[in-house]
Amino acid sequence: MRIALLEMRRQPSKFAAATLILTLVAVLLMFLGGLLDGLIRNSTGAIEALETEAIVFSESSQASLLRSRVEPSTRTAIESGLDADVGGLGVVQLGARVPGNGPRDLANVAVWGYQTSVSGVPSPPASGSAWADENLKVDGVQVGDELLLGPSRTPIVVAGWVSSASYNGQASLWVDADTWRMVLNENRPDGALTEGVFQALTVSMPGTMTATEVAETVQNLAGAGFIALTVPEAIDAIPGVTQQRNTFNQILGVTVLIALVVIGLFFALLTVERTGLYAVLKAVGAKSSTIFMGLVVQSVVLTAVAAAVASVAVIAIDAAIPPGSIPLFVSPQRLIMSAGQLVAAAVLGCAFSLRRILRIDPATALGGS
Amino acid sequence: MLTSTQPALEMTDVHKTYPMAGSEVVALGGATLSVGSDEIVALVGPSGSGKTTLCSIAGGILSASSGSVIVNGEDITAYEAKQLTKFRQEQVGFVFQTVNLVPFLTARENLLVVDEMGRRERAPARRRADRLLGELGLAERAKNLPGELSGGERQRVAIGRALMNEPSLVLFDEPTSSLDTELGSQVMELIRMEMKTRGTAAIVVTHDERITQFCDRTIGIVDGILGP
Repeated sequence: MRIALLEMRRQPSKFAAATLILTLVAVLLMFLGGLLDGLIRNSTGAIEALETEAIVFSESSQASLLRSRVEPSTRTAIESGLDADVGGLGVVQLGARVPGNGPRDLANVAVWGYQTSVSGVPSPPASGSAWADENLKVDGVQVGDELLLGPSRTPIVVAGWVSSASYNGQASLWVDADTWRMVLNENRPDGALTEGVFQALTVSMPGTMTATEVAETVQNLAGAGFIALTVPEAIDAIPGVTQQRNTFNQILGVTVLIALVVIGLFFALLTVERTGLYAVLKAVGAKSSTIFMGLVVQSVVLTAVAAAVASVAVIAIDAAIPPGSIPLFVSPQRLIMSAGQLVAAAVLGCAFSLRRILRIDPATALGGS
Repeated sequence: MLTSTQPALEMTDVHKTYPMAGSEVVALGGATLSVGSDEIVALVGPSGSGKTTLCSIAGGILSASSGSVIVNGEDITAYEAKQLTKFRQEQVGFVFQTVNLVPFLTARENLLVVDEMGRRERAPARRRADRLLGELGLAERAKNLPGELSGGERQRVAIGRALMNEPSLVLFDEPTSSLDTELGSQVMELIRMEMKTRGTAAIVVTHDERITQFCDRTIGIVDGILGP
């Protein structure tokens, strides 16, 4: 192992080309991963931010907030059977006129009425005002601006910023339940709701029960005609999310496969080049496993260097891109996962050379061959 | 432990055949050879005569098809690959025709490779490497890479590497083939001195008759058959 590391230190140029290619592959992998996370976050961020164990929809809505209706009686049934915080939830997607922008230059917004805790979002602001997703900055929105929502031009004042809690690619505006109902009823008369009726209910019950258990209990209490989902289930129910995730994961899988092939080919070529040296080492008593471990160590170091450089590059790209321009979200988890995938691909890629190493005959070291 | 009466190598009626296109090619035909504990034997023969095969079998790189091979009292005839690897780590030293030092390791590190791949003694191995380099006149060149050494110096490093595991038998494969006559003679004198000082046996494979004067005994080999 020490010998393998010494070789990398003393002959870095031998590994430069492979490191460069792997770095590019790693940048691609991390950037695509960041795009996937950004897109998913843009589609589901608001739901993901809900600090709740279960969300109750009407069954016929197929977990679509826009189609769902939950009556106060259902809320009462749940509250009477479970010691939990039950809150109303609803959303309406509209165009918003921004002061200073042209009349047709609308910002797309999702206006949320909420009665539960939302990660990164304070308690509902005063009636007629909203916490705004910072992605709206791209549209020229500023704190204190009065946005005119929908065809009825319902005024909402921006009270402050919250980070990345978008829904269906639209920036969120978080308002109290009464304001949301007013905005909905004024701008979407076909979906108007009376007092006490929400599109969904959130059930928060931090404690010993898992989210799945809470959802099952809530389902029983709500009875027929309703479905109770955990937050991840509700996210998956958003149209297009699963397909988007699957598509990107396939692209990411192919990228990892490319990394595997690059490493496999590089070390296969290196092994061919070193056949004579390995024969000598075997003749003086080196085991095949020792030689192979040297290759694995080199591939892991090479990949780790590539992943580290790529991580810095992707973080720099993320910092350089203005918020809201492209849906890139770079998280430590994504970077670590990508690096882990690349290292696994490196080890696997080395396996291509194992058979060749096993077949090197130490006898070839003798006789000048 | 090697005793004065125990030969370093005893090969008895050793055959080595290779299957080829439905028939068998005889590389070694009934070789019987005994090498004393500090004896230096020159093995002389033309190309393809079986010199390398004999050395490979004596050094535990190849297994004999039949016959028995005993090195320093250890019968390696029926050893499996793993056992042969361990045997090579402990009992045999090799000096290859093309020297074959690890190009990115210094002279000292090339000696320590043997320990790295085998016993892993660390500190004692480092002391042994320094002592060997001193004996071989390479103390000042210990930190040089093979590319920075002359042909003779590289050959001396290779000899040092062969002696690192304190072997009972060292196999030299054409050790002077890449050196001029004068340098070749110097290297052979060094080999003789090192072997005799340590009481280590050696087989020197060569087809250069001039080398034989540095050896205690010369054995010829033609078509896999040992001669006088």
